[in-house]
Amino acid sequence: MMIPFHFKTSLHLTLLTGRRARDLAELLEHLRSVPGSAVFYHTHRFLAQHQYLSPEPPNDFAYWVSNVLQEDRLGEQLAALDVVAFSSIRALREAIMSRIEAQLSSGKNLRVAPEGEEFHFREAVTFVLPTPHMARDLREFADCVEQIGFGSLSHHVFEASLRLDRGRNDFSQWLAETLGERGVADAIARLDPYTYTLDGLRREIVRLVRARVGAAA
Amino acid sequence: MQLDDYEPFVGRGTIDELRLLGARLRERTIATVNSTAVGGGVAEILNRMVPLAREVGVNIRWEVMKGGEDFFALTKRVHNALHGKPDRLSAHDEEVYRETTQRNLADLDLDADVIFVHDPQPAGLVAARRPERGRWAWRCHIDLSAPAPEVWSFLARAVSQYDAAVFSAPQFGRDLRMPQVMITPSIDPLSDKNCELSADEIDKITQALRVPRDKPIITQISRFDHLKDPVGVIDAFRLVRRYNDCRLILAGGSATDDPEGAEVLQQVHERANGDPEIHVLELPPTANREINALQRASTIILQKSLKEGFGLTVSEALWKGKPVIAGAVGGIPLQIKHRYSGILTHTVEGTAFWIKQLLNAPEYARRLGENGREHVRTNFLLTRHLRDYLLLFLFLEHPSERVVEFD
Repeated sequence: MMIPFHFKTSLHLTLLTGRRARDLAELLEHLRSVPGSAVFYHTHRFLAQHQYLSPEPPNDFAYWVSNVLQEDRLGEQLAALDVVAFSSIRALREAIMSRIEAQLSSGKNLRVAPEGEEFHFREAVTFVLPTPHMARDLREFADCVEQIGFGSLSHHVFEASLRLDRGRNDFSQWLAETLGERGVADAIARLDPYTYTLDGLRREIVRLVRARVGAAA
Repeated sequence: MQLDDYEPFVGRGTIDELRLLGARLRERTIATVNSTAVGGGVAEILNRMVPLAREVGVNIRWEVMKGGEDFFALTKRVHNALHGKPDRLSAHDEEVYRETTQRNLADLDLDADVIFVHDPQPAGLVAARRPERGRWAWRCHIDLSAPAPEVWSFLARAVSQYDAAVFSAPQFGRDLRMPQVMITPSIDPLSDKNCELSADEIDKITQALRVPRDKPIITQISRFDHLKDPVGVIDAFRLVRRYNDCRLILAGGSATDDPEGAEVLQQVHERANGDPEIHVLELPPTANREINALQRASTIILQKSLKEGFGLTVSEALWKGKPVIAGAVGGIPLQIKHRYSGILTHTVEGTAFWIKQLLNAPEYARRLGENGREHVRTNFLLTRHLRDYLLLFLFLEHPSERVVEFD
């Protein structure tokens, strides 16, 4: 039996952790022990909050290291991390830490953030709610994607691979496995969601799906 | 105002998400408490927020505490002390606070599933907290980064009894045992200060204020206060004008009742020294459309603060699509990502450097302004603020969870 796609939405509340770092050593120390929801906040949430910017800023860690500590080399390395490609927060945390460790082991003097510009660790509480939107075929799917909110698009595209540990977004998963639409599923999976604005991403997904509907008709 | 009036700014999906959240709270009663029904930022927010929360189905009522002159004189001192002004409370002061709290405990209806209390004045009402009924959240609208220690310690005795505390920026948080939530303030795109204005209205207002629009306009809107560094703004402007022809507007509230403000205003006039291209405007507190028009008539907007609470004037300026150059203090770095959605500076020379850069690179300035507006659209409009409050109410029922999934 065909399983319809039920659209959900993720909404986030920000918590303060009370932890702050003034230099790279403190940043690393906190990174070892902060909850995974804090690493999620400063990478994925940060990107989602700024993803419409052109050019887009890198993740929060890279932004702070480059703009506040003015450690350009490390900032560039952290910015180059493809955060959406990691399938677990653990792996992402280790990748960030290993780059900071390499910089610290170079033995250079640590730069200290000016007062008031310390790195404050925050974490996200995620609320997942079902929406009334449901799709049973490609046409309905495109209609729904046109109507859903940012939280829903973010839930199914940005956060899916982390939750499911499958390295794939929910849309591609359902299109391939339930509808057998591997072509359009792969095309959506290949999109880098952070190089689009919200509306741009939505339009691109709808365009790909509608093109397939047109081709099949 | 109705929720649908915000759809042109935030889209249908955001409005639908608010309704989904409202549906999750339908069975709950919420009491929100502050100390004034009109005047002041908190009342202004609640006046807009409470009707919208009701519209999405939340059963919320607004209770206003009452107090005498001695109480409000005391809480004004507490407010200043929490902002860092040295002070300590006498036994009499503490008695005034306790007495007013007791009287209000008898008068107010605090029987609700969530009791949401704003700022220091009503914080002591948490004495009514019962383990079996209601969760309490304290919303602090004040910059608590360096409070007078003894005054904070008095207030902290009440605050520590809450289930959660809410602050506007990470550096405002305190060492407290309960969860601390960050909810940034917001601007209302439909208010007089932020709504769209016709070109005709902008022209009329700038003419009435005698500001010619014959050359680029650099503007800072803020009260005349040392911490907003208006004299530093004039110095930066003078450095710029060696190379670029432009005007400067310094506009802020009239300083007639504020001796410190009058002194700063005097210094500003002295530094301006009758320069016809520096316009120092004293505006009444109701001049919201005038501020709106001045911002829209500007080429670049400054907020060269040395210390700042949240600094929401930055979001107001960004919302008009203007490139903003601002001090990297208080809540301003949350509103501007340097070189992406605006410029952050630390000095007079840095401010002058960036003004010149933006005047000479109008395409880059335009992109900063567009990015700034989008950043405000996503993160600093009233609808996001309402969403965060609704999420807070849900969070109070799941304080130890980091992913809350509803069926």
